[in-house]
Amino acid sequence: MGVRAWIEGWPAVRQIAGRDPLGRGAAAKSDRSRMLRARTEDADRMVRSVCPYCAVGCGQQVYVSGERVVQIEGDPDSPVSRGRLCPKGAASHQLVTASDRQTAVRYRRPHGTEWEDLDLDTAMDMIADRVIETRRRTWEDTDENGRVLRRTLGFASLGGATLDNEENYLMKKLYTALGAVEIENQARI
Amino acid sequence: MAECHPVGFQWVMEAKARGATIIHVDPRFTRTSALADIHVPLRAGTDIAFLGGLINHVLSRDLWFREYVMAYTNAPMIVREDFRDTEDLDGLFSGFAEQTRHYDPSTWQYEGADVAAAAGQRDQWALMHRDEEAGERSAAGRRTEKASSMETAGAAGGRFHGHPERDETLQHPRCVFQVLRRHFARYTPQLVADVCGITEREFERVADALTANSGRERTTAFAYGVGWTHHTVGVQYIRTAAILQLLLGNIGRPGGGILALRGHASIQGSTDIPTLFNILPGYLPMPHAHEHLDLDGYVSADAGSKGYWGNMDAYAVSLLKAWWGDVATADNEYCFGYLPRLTSSHSNYDTVVKQVEGSCEGYFLVGENPAVGTSNSRMNRFGLANLTWLVVRDFNMIESATFWKDGPEIDSGELTTEDIATEVFFLPAAAHVEKDGSFTNTQRMLQWHHKAVEPRGDQRSELWFYYHLGRIIREKLAGAVSRETPTPEQAERDRPILDLTWDYPTIGEFAEPDAEAVLAEISGWDGEGRPLSSYTQLRTDGSTRCGCWIYCGSYAEGVNQTARRKPGREQSWVAPEWGWAWPLNRRILYNRASADPDGAPWSERKAYLWWDAEQRKWVGHDVPDFQATKPPDYRPPTDAEREDAIGGSEPFIMQADGRGWLYVPTGLADGPMPAHYEPAESPVANLLYGQQANPARRVFPHRLNRYAPSGETPGSEVYPHVFTTYRLTEHHTAGGMSRWLPYLSELQPEFFCEVSPALAAERGLEHGGWATLVSPRAAIEARVLVTERMRPVTVGGHTIHQIGLPYHWGDNGLSTGDSANELLPIVLDPNVHIQPTKADTCDIRPGRRPRGRARLALVQEYQRRAGITAETGTEAVTRRGGPS
Repeated sequence: MGVRAWIEGWPAVRQIAGRDPLGRGAAAKSDRSRMLRARTEDADRMVRSVCPYCAVGCGQQVYVSGERVVQIEGDPDSPVSRGRLCPKGAASHQLVTASDRQTAVRYRRPHGTEWEDLDLDTAMDMIADRVIETRRRTWEDTDENGRVLRRTLGFASLGGATLDNEENYLMKKLYTALGAVEIENQARI
Repeated sequence: MAECHPVGFQWVMEAKARGATIIHVDPRFTRTSALADIHVPLRAGTDIAFLGGLINHVLSRDLWFREYVMAYTNAPMIVREDFRDTEDLDGLFSGFAEQTRHYDPSTWQYEGADVAAAAGQRDQWALMHRDEEAGERSAAGRRTEKASSMETAGAAGGRFHGHPERDETLQHPRCVFQVLRRHFARYTPQLVADVCGITEREFERVADALTANSGRERTTAFAYGVGWTHHTVGVQYIRTAAILQLLLGNIGRPGGGILALRGHASIQGSTDIPTLFNILPGYLPMPHAHEHLDLDGYVSADAGSKGYWGNMDAYAVSLLKAWWGDVATADNEYCFGYLPRLTSSHSNYDTVVKQVEGSCEGYFLVGENPAVGTSNSRMNRFGLANLTWLVVRDFNMIESATFWKDGPEIDSGELTTEDIATEVFFLPAAAHVEKDGSFTNTQRMLQWHHKAVEPRGDQRSELWFYYHLGRIIREKLAGAVSRETPTPEQAERDRPILDLTWDYPTIGEFAEPDAEAVLAEISGWDGEGRPLSSYTQLRTDGSTRCGCWIYCGSYAEGVNQTARRKPGREQSWVAPEWGWAWPLNRRILYNRASADPDGAPWSERKAYLWWDAEQRKWVGHDVPDFQATKPPDYRPPTDAEREDAIGGSEPFIMQADGRGWLYVPTGLADGPMPAHYEPAESPVANLLYGQQANPARRVFPHRLNRYAPSGETPGSEVYPHVFTTYRLTEHHTAGGMSRWLPYLSELQPEFFCEVSPALAAERGLEHGGWATLVSPRAAIEARVLVTERMRPVTVGGHTIHQIGLPYHWGDNGLSTGDSANELLPIVLDPNVHIQPTKADTCDIRPGRRPRGRARLALVQEYQRRAGITAETGTEAVTRRGGPS
């Protein structure tokens, strides 16, 4: 760097000589700031998504680096949202990357006072057993008048409004085949 | 809308910039009010009076859209002579049985005909006829059957028996138009002002703006949040808006309609493909035990023979084929017998009561947090504590997972951890960026979100959880068949699971099911396995499979239509190539009504769909919500069925008569027309009728669910204030997706209540200090926000204070506080079993609430002072001066 460039690089000189007399913009910008690049520019890829909060359905662009989500931006292509996100949608990067998000199965045995660890496969197996046992124990072939019921009221389910259509479909299909009818979601709440 | 759907609100601001008048009707002054031209701060729970006043204004001043109403609504139909209105019976319609709290709709029918509804209480019609045939059945027995009503997305209609009498001059005293006129005649500006606590001037400004902006050249849209649905008369709120919009010609036209602003990413999708007790995918009803013994009976009881519901048999058979595949044949009625049967309401709140009673062993909570997120949270927690097993799937340790350790009842000593027998499985869930799938937004549009990264640790999608749970259960049951040789009865009970089509391809190391394969099944195939493109291809002979008829074509040509993302700026303003809207990518429902009966646009300015006589088809900006080549002058032969029975100038193709209903002869549990009733808990008496509250509302008398005295009943003064609950921009529902986020928790760090300066002065509340709120269910504490955004209203000479309560909190997470839902009662709309969260009563006092057992003692002291018993607030019929 020559002397001239060195002098002209001083913020005070830039402020006097440049177009930023109040020193609030380009004159005050450091080399480090100049070198910074947005996470979105350096991301490995961008994946199209939809905001998970309310039902407006704003478009999201999910930026991924090193197989981690590094930023979520509004999608300017969306005719619904035109690139905008509200405070919740704009915070959804924290929703998915929060360090305190649960990553492990937790188990509380009947009358237990603390959580315990449990292997996911074991948990799935135990839950399947619970469903089968409850279903058998509470099965209703007919009512007192002999009308066919073919169902269980022994277990219930609540949830679906935050889930995908495909997930709701498998839930309703499985529950109905099991004869469970007390299946509800936030649309009723 | 600016608070809870801020990005959607940009379009309201676009409209305003182009000259639209924005009207905000809300008890609270919010960011929406700040940007609106007119804000009407009415008393919470009085919208039917307000909208009814607008209907009266339109009818009494002849401001209705004559051509539209004459051709497209049921205004000319003549109602039976023995029908009695609320005007005749002091707030009841004819047919109400006080003992069963239920309406018999026989007298609401048209003269010369009756009609089965395909929305609302769809089997009401079938029951009515069955009851006539079997008069000996007990009324109580009928009541429990009728309690399981329908949920349908405004798709009404049904079959006619006979031909309804009509008067095309609209002069017959019993024609729908005249019945409507008389019904709303007392909803005058003066009455609206008195009931709603506003001025006549405020009402008239809205009435003038609305009517000036409706007609051939202009249209008006209504947008509502759950402020309209969360009432014991919630369905009738929407009905009132529908009547008004039909009278003004604002349905099926661009810039018109009634738009639900729903609050979850796929709450529309989870209604279309329902995780709901009373429907199957595509709003097909779940079969009832009583009359639907076979497939034909099921279809004939619920479907009309005219209109698109006439094809219910094809939709039902295609669903059964999607679920039970090759096993489903004509000989076994396509496994129709595999479906479980309903006998009564199995809604969420019925389940909560059963849990408290101990008759529900197991519970799956999937992205739900009833321990703080549901009305009467305390009762919900007692239910959770009484389960045998509980599965919680969520991102974080929500209150519904930890109630046994640190719930409020542990603090109060009512429950102890060691005594709670509930076995709890917490399974961490994958987020939207960690899985493929589609959300259906509030405009019926499906949008695909692509997986960006793998979930971590044990985090899995619901698709994974349910697919593998089903796989494991099937393996266990199949193993049991070979190993234990179950009884023939047990083997028969397991057949629906073992025969289920459950062979989805899986991807990756976690064996994640392929979400596109599931979408393909939802969209459907023909007999050769070719993807279907339209529900009109569905057949009754078992040759087609389709998991949800209204989503048929979402995977047309083997292409995921929901993943289409042509930039909005590169296509028309309707943006048909972004995502996919059900049905058939139609963006405005009933858009045939955007043209006049002859098929020409009502005006150039509002042209949307029109008949092209040269091409002999409907053309325009959208996919026609009509048979594309049916000419406007088509008149159906008298024996025509299904869609062929709909005339060329009848836009409402789901209805048996092709018309929009100003009056509902069948399908509603609480009357053929809306009437203003006070909320179940109200500090004032109904000014319109002796009948105080909706007589058909569902009540749940229980020691954990006491109701406040209402109106003039002694004791109502103990809970003198109205409270209304709502969301903030910075949080989401019960907080499971927001209270754990640092940014959002910093923006809204704790629970607060909004009170007016007048109420603060009256009760000694200090801005920034604490207040305790007490209802007959609970006592909670909140920080006090004194603000003129909350305005007292004057009703019948009394000042009524209204308190605002955002409801996002619980004890876990970064941002904590009491849950406003603790205060709410479980008392339900009889049509859709929804609770009132927008207008209930409470008391407020300065200071923090008591801790431990003293908290409950405070609630009980209030109950004693108000004289509350098990019967309080449960009365069906009331007369002026209190319960009859």
